[in-house]
Amino acid sequence: MKQVIRIGPFHPLQEEPESFLLTVEGERVIDVDAKLGYVHKGLERLCQERTYDMIPIILERICGICSVTHSVCFCHAVEDIHGVEIPPRARYIRTILGEMERLHSHLLWVGLAGHFIGYNTVFMWAWKYREPVCDAFEWLTGHRQNASLLKVGGVRRDLPVDSFPAVLKVLDELEGQTKMLIGAVLDDPVLAARLKGIGVLTPEQVLDWGVVGPTARASGVKTDARKDEPYAAYAELDWNLIVQPEGDVFAKAVVRLLEILESIRILRQAIAKFPPGEIDCGPLHVPQGEGIGRYEAPRGEDIHYVRSNGTNMPSRVKVRAPSFVNIPSYRASCIGGTISDVTITLAACDPCYSCTERLAAVRRDDGGPPLSFDDLVRLGREKTRAIAREMGRKPDLGLEIRP
Amino acid sequence: MALSPVFLKALKRSPWVFHVGTSGCNNCDIEIADCLTPRFDVERFGVKLVGSPRHADAMLVTGPISHDLKGLVQQVWLDMPAPRVGVLVGTCACTMGVYKDAYSVAGPADKVIREIDPAARFVYIPGCPPKPETIVMGIVKILEAL
Repeated sequence: MKQVIRIGPFHPLQEEPESFLLTVEGERVIDVDAKLGYVHKGLERLCQERTYDMIPIILERICGICSVTHSVCFCHAVEDIHGVEIPPRARYIRTILGEMERLHSHLLWVGLAGHFIGYNTVFMWAWKYREPVCDAFEWLTGHRQNASLLKVGGVRRDLPVDSFPAVLKVLDELEGQTKMLIGAVLDDPVLAARLKGIGVLTPEQVLDWGVVGPTARASGVKTDARKDEPYAAYAELDWNLIVQPEGDVFAKAVVRLLEILESIRILRQAIAKFPPGEIDCGPLHVPQGEGIGRYEAPRGEDIHYVRSNGTNMPSRVKVRAPSFVNIPSYRASCIGGTISDVTITLAACDPCYSCTERLAAVRRDDGGPPLSFDDLVRLGREKTRAIAREMGRKPDLGLEIRP
Repeated sequence: MALSPVFLKALKRSPWVFHVGTSGCNNCDIEIADCLTPRFDVERFGVKLVGSPRHADAMLVTGPISHDLKGLVQQVWLDMPAPRVGVLVGTCACTMGVYKDAYSVAGPADKVIREIDPAARFVYIPGCPPKPETIVMGIVKILEAL
């Protein structure tokens, strides 16, 4: 007998409002659907009424955890239009901020994953280890998460170099604690029983659904914007891409835990090589044109598209957050599991709904159906052609994910 | 609203809160969860995060309220038994912050809730996001003010 279970929008499982419709047969899930849209704030529209200097501050508030991600990604897109090279010191500052963010985001996920399977000890431990990272972020930038440090063409303020020894001490402690946590997670029979073989995504499914980030890397797909198209200082530093072949929730946890160690490695090198010099390349006039910014967020690859009409405000800012492509993969990973496994499978891609909700569906006045998928594809193609005509270039963006 | 002394004592010793994460950026929600973890541990004041508004004395609201969520937030408020108090965590919940001009936002939480309950009482904890210490201080101040 089929039954539909509705979870949400306010439920104790996840912090943000979103609801899921699970169609179940007995205990087995045969269909899953997500109703989003509660967190839509219209930020892209807001950006069209703000100057380039104000936008990184607003985009920082897309998502609390990816605050560095979205502002850096926007800066990448605008710098792509301008073609400017930012100074080395600014590149290293962006690297340090991005990796600090990855540290606290991955620790947050490990804790929440423990909480979702009812293992609150992991939740408390991981969040206890996260606190010193937030402290270090505050020593470096003056704020625990929203640093407001990014601007187009560099960064706004320099990092206090005298706080580096204290930050390195935090990293040393965190390395030991993470190794302990990895040992505890890998050896724990309870975690293995709850997580192994659950919510499996095969490499083919990863490519079909366009999944990015640790969720894809846990299925053996090597995708990482830091390696594919190195930005900031990543090309000058020595670090490894973490890939696990299994594709289940356990592999996703292992990928994130090992990435914490890689982030610590990157941070140590970035602090050791921290170059002198300017942090900003001065006021920029953004010419007419369009640009794409890529950035590897803790959850996967983030893409921003910016179109400039030559004034001091962009005429279009488009945000494609990693959760936007990871959330639809629920249909591949959840179906066939039991209800008790769905909670952790839904959380396994570390979904961020405030990042995702860039779209509002509007019903027509005559009560007709909203646009169908084919309509959207047609409108998208028409718009791409119109932009290409306006810009006088071919609509070829040359983006692809390599298997 | 007059409360019996026994009731007030019970409420002050252990206020149970229900967390309504609205359309904000998720950051205040994380800081609220941070308050429950070992360093800050608000449970030592008897503050407990509960899973249903019917068990709650206070509603923690983070973020501005979108048109989609407005009716749901009002419903959650009415589901809480009186006496109830709203705790607005973060600048967006207090005044809407950077989302002030956004088209999809219905208003700050106090305005939305006062549409259905004009006598509703609120505590404002500004900050973007407020540090966990600030949230703990806000909660202690509510308990003193009751």
